Amino acid sequence: MAVEAAIQPSKLRWGELEEDDGEDLDFLLPPKQVIGPDENGIKKVVEYKFNEEGNKVKITTTTRIRKLANARLSKRAVERRSWSKFGDAVHEDVGSRLTMVSTEEILLERPRAPGTKQEENKVAGDPLAQMGKGGAVLMVCRACGKKGDHWTSKCPYKDLAQPSESFTDRPPSSETTAAATGATKGAYVPPSMRGGGAERVVGTDMRRRNEENSVRVTNLSEDTRESDLHELFRPFGNVSRVYVAVDQKTGMSRGFGFVNFVNREDAERAINKLNGYGYDNLILRVEWAAPRSN
Amino acid sequence: MRPILMKGHERPLTFLKYNRDGDLLFSCAKDHTPTVWFADNGERLGTYRGHNGAVWSCDVSRDSTRLITGSADQTAKLWDVQTGTQLFTFNFDSPARSVDFAVGDKLAVITTDPFMGLTSAIHIKRIARDRSDQVGESVVILKGPQGRINRAVWGPLNKTIISAGEDAVVRIWDSETGKLLRESDKEDGHKKTITSLAKSNDVSHFLTGSLDKSAKLWDARTLTLIKTYVTERPVNAVAMSPLLDHVVLGGGQDASAVTTTDHRAGKFEAKFYDKILQEEVGGVKGHFGPINALAFNPDGKSFSSGGEDGYVRLHHFDSDYFNIKV
Repeated sequence: MAVEAAIQPSKLRWGELEEDDGEDLDFLLPPKQVIGPDENGIKKVVEYKFNEEGNKVKITTTTRIRKLANARLSKRAVERRSWSKFGDAVHEDVGSRLTMVSTEEILLERPRAPGTKQEENKVAGDPLAQMGKGGAVLMVCRACGKKGDHWTSKCPYKDLAQPSESFTDRPPSSETTAAATGATKGAYVPPSMRGGGAERVVGTDMRRRNEENSVRVTNLSEDTRESDLHELFRPFGNVSRVYVAVDQKTGMSRGFGFVNFVNREDAERAINKLNGYGYDNLILRVEWAAPRSN
Repeated sequence: MRPILMKGHERPLTFLKYNRDGDLLFSCAKDHTPTVWFADNGERLGTYRGHNGAVWSCDVSRDSTRLITGSADQTAKLWDVQTGTQLFTFNFDSPARSVDFAVGDKLAVITTDPFMGLTSAIHIKRIARDRSDQVGESVVILKGPQGRINRAVWGPLNKTIISAGEDAVVRIWDSETGKLLRESDKEDGHKKTITSLAKSNDVSHFLTGSLDKSAKLWDARTLTLIKTYVTERPVNAVAMSPLLDHVVLGGGQDASAVTTTDHRAGKFEAKFYDKILQEEVGGVKGHFGPINALAFNPDGKSFSSGGEDGYVRLHHFDSDYFNIKV
């Protein structure tokens, strides 16, 4: 909408107007003009009015007329179009705005590619069931040490390097404490218990995150799964952990993840090679994961 | 696409129906007043005032002159579509639930709920061409199913009546003698209440949606199960595209779970499935509550959904919808 003050010579002179006319000068204004709609559906409405200061203002409203449904209407339907309103619709205020066009663009959202679906269901599934799983200390993978995620026979990391010594060589007593805290993975952990000396008692996830040779991958596309990242980083060396951040509520990827390498050199090479690499229509950013600041 | 939001109802929507030309959309809600809208731009044309209870369903005659509505005020009413005047009231002793005009608009089927010791029933009424000849007597009354009958519609050539409801069984009745002809298999059939039923354009098959989180496609003559569409949520409403091989399922979680669910989790979607491959092809989000009603425009180029949130959302498909590949 464009508003411009139009100074046009008016036929009447100021002196000829009477004082009490002051408010109602609308007869001085040129009539409303409607131009279009043209072939692009652009319609222009030109109106004039006085603003508070008494100046004449030209208001040009440009709208695009869009046909929502180009349905071929039957004769009857055309007739119905001119039916007069009845019931409550008769006294409808102009401002009631019963019918509005959504301001939000709604898309027909395609489901995820087949194969990724089950994994997603797991994430979005009943949180209680998941907690139960996490608490099942019985389910400890002997190949990678992950708890409550899978059995040893189904370990996705079984062809990878052994977990770091600090993990396997731990005395059995600390194993049990770790298992016990693993059960309360979702619970609040006070800052004093996080990282540092208390690292060993914190759940496996927390400890592993702080591990060496961790590479952060950002600007991932939403469709990227952990298996994709693994495939991408595997050629550079043994990968000990792949993690993609997932929004708990929506089950959607948050667009970043971490990859841990067994050897620092491999991680270095992966960063050099993959930083700026175009992956699934986005350009990856790969860098060393910054150690937690606590 | 940018859906058109219509906020004419104060209470949850219960039913949506397009007329045959697809230019009018009728909406029923729990707020006593069925409403008619222009289906292209969503403008409200009028309301039908007179019911004294929630309106559960409606049907419009083929020539778009008569509307029939079934309401919880224990009546079903005939209306003049153009003016909104009441033409006739069928009185029952229990709430009326589902209404459907037969082909030719000379008969209508109305179901009533179990109420105060009365069992549910399916009534067949004669619809007179002239208003003064209209009588309230039923031609046939069918009884038998346990619990509420949520939907009863006419089968092919008005020879049968297809009913479905709380007992999760789909039944086919002879519309003249009132004899029960077929019942759906306990094995194949739904496990929980059937909430909705939609006929195909040629009435050769129909779709039922159920709280057992599935929808099933049945042959309308033999009542053999053709397809099953499985979803994660109870199905409250179903619709079938007259243009493409798509079915739409609308639902939501139980009312008790609504407030504890993040709306981004996308449970209030209308889900599109490929009719033949039974695979999900897409979802349309937008409602702030479970979807209670769905209807496809007879031209297949738009559809509308009515939700527990009181809104009717009218969606005109973008062109890419018509090129979806599974």
